[in-house]
Amino acid sequence: MSPLISRGFGGRRRRDVDPSRIPPGQYVTDDFPVLSAGPTPTVDLDDWTFTINGAVDEPATWSWDEFQALPNEQITTDIHCVTKWSKLGTPWRGVSVDTLLENVETAADFVLASSYGGYTTNLPLADVTDGQAWVACEYDGQPLEPIHGGPARMLVPHLYFWKSAKWVRGLQLLDHDEPGFWETNGYHNHGDPWKEQRYWSD
Amino acid sequence: MERLAPRRAPLTWRVSTLAEKRPETQTATTLVLNVPDWPGHLAGQHVDVRLTAEDGYQAERSYSIASSPEDPHLAITIERIEDGEVSPYLTDELRPGDQLELRGPIGLYFTWDTGDGGPLLLLGGGSGLVPLMAMLRHRAAVTSAVAATVLVSARGWDDVLYRDELSSLDGDGLTVRYTLTRAQPPEWRGWSGRVNAEMLRELGADRAGNVRVFICGPTGFVEHVADLLVQLGHDPHAIKTERFGPTGG
Repeated sequence: MSPLISRGFGGRRRRDVDPSRIPPGQYVTDDFPVLSAGPTPTVDLDDWTFTINGAVDEPATWSWDEFQALPNEQITTDIHCVTKWSKLGTPWRGVSVDTLLENVETAADFVLASSYGGYTTNLPLADVTDGQAWVACEYDGQPLEPIHGGPARMLVPHLYFWKSAKWVRGLQLLDHDEPGFWETNGYHNHGDPWKEQRYWSD
Repeated sequence: MERLAPRRAPLTWRVSTLAEKRPETQTATTLVLNVPDWPGHLAGQHVDVRLTAEDGYQAERSYSIASSPEDPHLAITIERIEDGEVSPYLTDELRPGDQLELRGPIGLYFTWDTGDGGPLLLLGGGSGLVPLMAMLRHRAAVTSAVAATVLVSARGWDDVLYRDELSSLDGDGLTVRYTLTRAQPPEWRGWSGRVNAEMLRELGADRAGNVRVFICGPTGFVEHVADLLVQLGHDPHAIKTERFGPTGG
């Protein structure tokens, strides 16, 4: 079905943004909206850990200080939320998932990211390796605020932003796909914004 | 009545027709739509609306459904955002008889069905009341005995959505309370100012029990109210939230 032309709708294209950076159905925002399914959890840095477990030869756990000592990268990237906003050129600092998996032997094809507060989201391993995903602890030069997922969140910018789990506490490697929170609540299993994979039937 | 199965219908774009436009407040308007083959929805769900310009340029936005699943029409309430791209078109330009593309229902988390039970504690800030109103309308439409309390936070009395309907629904196990944050009418007997722990205690929110809590509103409102409820002993997992930010809707 070709789309219906909306009588009298001109639209407001932003001339200051490159349209090739905007996935279908998205609009560019300059602020940083907050979307979460429940209260914002508070995580004490003394209690914070990040764990990689599941189908691995040996689970790995880092304390906050150990995690901060890992090599990290500055990432500047566009992000796309399924609720239609995109934010361009967002500056983060984080540890690449490649770094975290460096010494991990696994035959897994999937990961399930888990968060303080109980949130989960699933991803193919191939979507979080080869420089595509990070665990970010800083935004715009500052420690990541709790409402945006601090102390640490996933950053998987090539997928809709619900895949970038806030308050992340670990990655479980799995030999099978296990749909996470939004993936079992009507949203798409993969979530590629360029294919507009918003909802389960897309 | 046939059991609705909102999940089974693929979320394809449908061409709806505007049946009626209902002003709610100075800035909010309800669009009452006829949607052919609407698959049904749960209270709390939303729809995506898509506008297409003549040159093919498109804009999409999400809006909460205001009508109950029992309503033959689908209603969405639009808060007009000054210099927004989509909301001024919907509130100012669209007129009865016009067609509007939408798809849904979307979201299986921030939903309530009378079968889920209660009691319900609903907290709405500004147009965050919209999905909560769908729950109250659903409760009324099926004459549910589930006890419900709703706290409506608005800037002023004239900014309260569905004011007359809320007061007519008040009673029969439903308690409606208001707090006005900016301006209060003369002889105002409701609460004033930001939601605080005292208000929540008076609503019985310190007795967490098995209360189902839904909070919807601007980010600051939701963060604040959810934190207060967690401090009052509510299980964070029993608090469902939906936030919206000041974006260019």
